[in-house]
Amino acid sequence: MTAVRTLVVRCADWPIVAAGVALDVPAAVVYANRVVATSPAARQHDVVQHQRRREAQSRCPALEVLDHDPARDARIFEPIVAALDALTPRVEIALPGQVAFPTRGPSRFFGGDDALMAQAHTIVSEALGERGGCQVGIADGPFAAVLAAQAARPTMVIAPGGTPAFLMPLPMATLDRPELVDVLGRLGLRTLGALAALPERDVLARFGAEGREAWRLASGLDERPPALAPPPDDLTVSVELDPPADTVAPAAFLARGLAEELHQRLWARGSACTRVVIGAETEHGEHLERVWRAEGALTAAAIADRLRWQLDGWIGGSARHRPTAGISRLWLAPDEVVPAGGRQLGFWGSDAATGDRARRAVARVQGLLGVGSVAVPEWRGSRDPATQIALVAAEAIDLTAERPGAQRDRVLGPWPGRLPTPSPAWVHGEPTAAEVVDAAGERVLVSGRGTLSASPRRLSVTGGPWADILAWAGPWPLEERWWDTARRRRRARLQLVTADGQARLVTLESGTWHIEATYD
Amino acid sequence: MRSGVALSTLGELAERVRPVTLTREQRLPVLPALEGLLPGAGLRRGATVSIGSPPGVGGVTSLALALVADASRLGSWVAAVGLPSLGLVAADELGVALERLVLVAAPERDAWGGVAAALVDGFDLVVLHAGRSGVRPADARRLAARARERGSVLLQLGPGWPEGADLQLQVTRARWEGLGDGHGHLQARKVRVSRSGRGEAAQPRRADFWLPGPDGLVAVVADDVVVDPVAPARPLRAVG
Repeated sequence: MTAVRTLVVRCADWPIVAAGVALDVPAAVVYANRVVATSPAARQHDVVQHQRRREAQSRCPALEVLDHDPARDARIFEPIVAALDALTPRVEIALPGQVAFPTRGPSRFFGGDDALMAQAHTIVSEALGERGGCQVGIADGPFAAVLAAQAARPTMVIAPGGTPAFLMPLPMATLDRPELVDVLGRLGLRTLGALAALPERDVLARFGAEGREAWRLASGLDERPPALAPPPDDLTVSVELDPPADTVAPAAFLARGLAEELHQRLWARGSACTRVVIGAETEHGEHLERVWRAEGALTAAAIADRLRWQLDGWIGGSARHRPTAGISRLWLAPDEVVPAGGRQLGFWGSDAATGDRARRAVARVQGLLGVGSVAVPEWRGSRDPATQIALVAAEAIDLTAERPGAQRDRVLGPWPGRLPTPSPAWVHGEPTAAEVVDAAGERVLVSGRGTLSASPRRLSVTGGPWADILAWAGPWPLEERWWDTARRRRRARLQLVTADGQARLVTLESGTWHIEATYD
Repeated sequence: MRSGVALSTLGELAERVRPVTLTREQRLPVLPALEGLLPGAGLRRGATVSIGSPPGVGGVTSLALALVADASRLGSWVAAVGLPSLGLVAADELGVALERLVLVAAPERDAWGGVAAALVDGFDLVVLHAGRSGVRPADARRLAARARERGSVLLQLGPGWPEGADLQLQVTRARWEGLGDGHGHLQARKVRVSRSGRGEAAQPRRADFWLPGPDGLVAVVADDVVVDPVAPARPLRAVG
């Protein structure tokens, strides 16, 4: 049984286009310090995906760095999806900038694959206007169709049954499974054809379910054998909005709970969904519906993200496309359900269960205090106690997943000039002003060669009473980023123990003393 | 040797999976050094613990971190509320698992109750700093009742707590070692902690600890541990 014949429309470099930057300007979208999308002009300067921001900027100094904003991408993409509704009601959004739909009905209606493809290309090009081009590909199965669209200039049809031959010479890396691709490469399997030539049974026996999915894709089949039973109706979850929402914020707030509920219902049945229908109803009775599809099973957070993006697309769109009234009802229906291959909960007080509880509590606190009120620590390389660990907003992170960023061994490099352990237990976010004087009452200073003008004898915090210094050590000079005139810092640090028993880390910078941390 | 280790591990496991435990017997583990200080050698689930010190004596934050470290390492989640200046590197050094630590901004006085209640539902350990405005007595009482019901441990830091906690720890003395007059660096700290409280913690007790010791670990002070004073380095002079 071959895969469902699918048409894929791909707007090349969509994040760049959505940011409103012309494609002939070198630009890159950066997320978590890595390049996630580039413009063709940037690629000419060898700026590629996964590069560090600094490396990209060194290759192309004129590079325009853009923020990663999936909500914006989705919002600007919505009118284009709406335009495709003229062809078929079953448009699925894979991610902002890429849609797919099965061709069976529309192809017959418009008189063949070629005609349908020309139609789709015209419609999307018109909707895009001057903002860039699109590619259209038709093949058996969404995987091959995406590859066909990528190869298309600007359109490409793989004849029915021709998909295996089309896939055969493509490199293994087109499967988006780096670990598996690495293993297969070491076994000498470098093209999809080489993998497809193996018996399915043996691939399953050796590489498990993941290997079989890869084999099925390489053979031009659907990733999973088609599910025969459609998901039962009772899995749909919905929420009434009273008063109706005409801005994104209140609706997005409910989106999270709704996504959570759907995920819970599926989870209770041991399933997860890979395709979800997001629907909305307005006060004027308008019906809005969109299908989102993902490669793997959608997590609750992923469903919530897609729901929020879609709301942004509907409500935040241009006047011509946005609904005429506020949204009064929202629903989520799983469209394609697969068995959840997720974690089995541990027998004794498992990590996953406690992590889940914590995540829910965090979501409630965010509801009470607002987004950005909850943070989790992540290691960064640095010499300061204050910046060795950065606080990352919790909504940006899946708390239940493994978090390598919270592991100390993530910090690479020795960072010479760090203070010896133990580290201070109280780090002042805003350095507290202080005064350190010698026996004569003169402010202690540090010379350019790193020597003190005199031994420190007394300390006063924010103009408070003087405390005698019982013991001290230093100065430890620290000169950072001397090559950058705007961000360079020169400091000297001292550890002090005062007569009240407190140990402090004090810093001299530009002639004034600060308390940087307290060893509480 | 090896079988001895295996046997003790097995014993530990047997203790953890013992099928029937009364609520008051359920305890979160603490570092071995702190076991002697706490009734039942652990933090009883549902208890409130206040940690304080007389003015001018430090060590409250470190003691709180040391108390939650072992439970955190073994899988409990820790929330810290109103502690934006918490030294996270120090937390890591004392053994807190940073992947299970969440920091919550200090809520307004009115939102306090709701936020703390939500956290008690989701976290085994909640470290709270009341801040300048303090906490309303009614909020504090409700919170303690909720923690008792949910089996979370509340650790209250600093002043501003109206209710007497089940277990009250006071750092009464703290002395740093390793720092000389212009040489050395902070290496170890000896603290004296005294305990008072209600119920099983009613009997006062006092103990001396390294927080942390010269090797970076929390340990009970044994008299024969001596920190080598670092050889005084000659102070640098400007030459040439």
